[in-house]
Amino acid sequence: MKAFNYKLAGTTEEATSAGTQSAFIAGGTNLVDLMKIDVMDPKELVDINQLPMRGIALDNAGLRIGALERMAYVAERPEIVEHFPVISQALLKSASAQLRNMASIGGNLMQRTRCGYFRDVMMPCNKRVPGSGCPAFAGENRMHAILGVGDACCATHPSDLAVALVALDATINLQGPKGSRSVKLDDFYLLPKDTPDREHAIEPDELITEVTVPNASWYRRSAYLKIRDRESYEFALCSAAIALDLDGSKIRDARIAAGGVGTKPWRLPDVAEALIGKQVGQSTFERAVELAANDARPLSQNAFKVTLLKRTLVRALMQVGGGVA
Amino acid sequence: MRKPDRLSAPCSTNPQDAGSSRRHFISQLAALSAGLSVVTPIAHGAGETTKTERAPDQSPDESSLVDITLRVNGTTRKLRVDPRVTLLDALRERLDLVGTKKGCDQGACGACTVLLDGTRVVSCLTLAVMAQGKEITTIEGLAQAEELHPVQAAFVKCDGFQCGYCTPGQIMSAVGCIREGHIKSDAEIREFMSGNICRCGAYPNIVDAIKLAAEGKGAI
Repeated sequence: MKAFNYKLAGTTEEATSAGTQSAFIAGGTNLVDLMKIDVMDPKELVDINQLPMRGIALDNAGLRIGALERMAYVAERPEIVEHFPVISQALLKSASAQLRNMASIGGNLMQRTRCGYFRDVMMPCNKRVPGSGCPAFAGENRMHAILGVGDACCATHPSDLAVALVALDATINLQGPKGSRSVKLDDFYLLPKDTPDREHAIEPDELITEVTVPNASWYRRSAYLKIRDRESYEFALCSAAIALDLDGSKIRDARIAAGGVGTKPWRLPDVAEALIGKQVGQSTFERAVELAANDARPLSQNAFKVTLLKRTLVRALMQVGGGVA
Repeated sequence: MRKPDRLSAPCSTNPQDAGSSRRHFISQLAALSAGLSVVTPIAHGAGETTKTERAPDQSPDESSLVDITLRVNGTTRKLRVDPRVTLLDALRERLDLVGTKKGCDQGACGACTVLLDGTRVVSCLTLAVMAQGKEITTIEGLAQAEELHPVQAAFVKCDGFQCGYCTPGQIMSAVGCIREGHIKSDAEIREFMSGNICRCGAYPNIVDAIKLAAEGKGAI
């Protein structure tokens, strides 16, 4: 690990004025790991744990989650479990109990890819060293993306929470030296294209302060399904975040996103659109999910993800709406 | 992590080291790999640490060292550390609390699990400087005098280990798991203990031990 100075920020203003060579630290589960393997080497760590970015509130305007709340706490809050089960389930299927106790909501949304080439400083990686190349296209790419793949990068986004949140059209609030602004989470994540090193629409001195989710009563009918190589404590091969608004057995509206298959948390508005007005059921779902992988660009080892994505979506849709028909 | 240049030097050139204990030898290696060795301890454990050479680019600037105060197992401990030092390395290499084990050192195995304010965390991804102001409980802090903690006793009774290396982490994690109430079924225990890897495969007995300990939950 490279040497750094440690600073405990007393106020948000103090934290965001630290300069562009610094990194914010909350739980540290991703950052400290990456610093140990020299993938990240900030000159200064700004500890933001004393800042007032806390609390969970649910009212007509929506759900607000302070960015410093820990994953384990948010996952089991009754208002989240009852009104936003997809968020609770995505959190509980993330990492391990210890890491969920440590990791903040804001940090989870900022976590970096698990691509082995990104994590190995002896290897080229366009995300880590722009222009150095990407060995994954001709190398180990079973875990990599099939959607949003650019010529420079095919690494997947690792967060489960982000998949649930983009499905529900969440926004995040950012605070910087010039003030605060809000960004749709889906717009916050950038496609790799030619600049895979630029992953988020955030400035180096900006902090995520809060996550906001619109309050729709039908988000109670939602779920997160995660398919992985082992049952627990593993990143997704493919995951699905689903919410269905039903009128009897007829689909009024839907929110759908997938994880483990995209270079960012992947919304599937075309699939959702294809479900509207239809009756719930296996055949409806199977037809709609055909649209999910239309833009897929499978790699040498991960063509199975095209089929896996569709089957994961159908199973998740059956889980959420299958019992109604 | 970058390896120091002269790993073998402290063991081969100093005649006083001829009679070193296994723990002393391992402690030297660990201190080297942790980049800890230039720091002079100012608390308990001073005699255990050896000054050794290190690659120049690893030398921390004296001004970047920080004085920290940790509350460990009910005792206040003062240390001067490089901010890079993890809670795991501070416990093992500076405070001589070697019950907490270093497994993967990257948050994947759970061997280094400790409690911070009663909540289980991995100490390998916790910076010591950030553990200040919290009550740190390690495996050494569980037993009351000669009486084992109920979870320790249950692990012994159920044979919840083989080689024992992951056991302190398993037990600390089990204490957290029981306190959280994630013990309603075998499946729930397994899910909420999945952050603790046991390469001997003692999992069935670990689940039994947790169920046994949880029966007398009042004490945990």
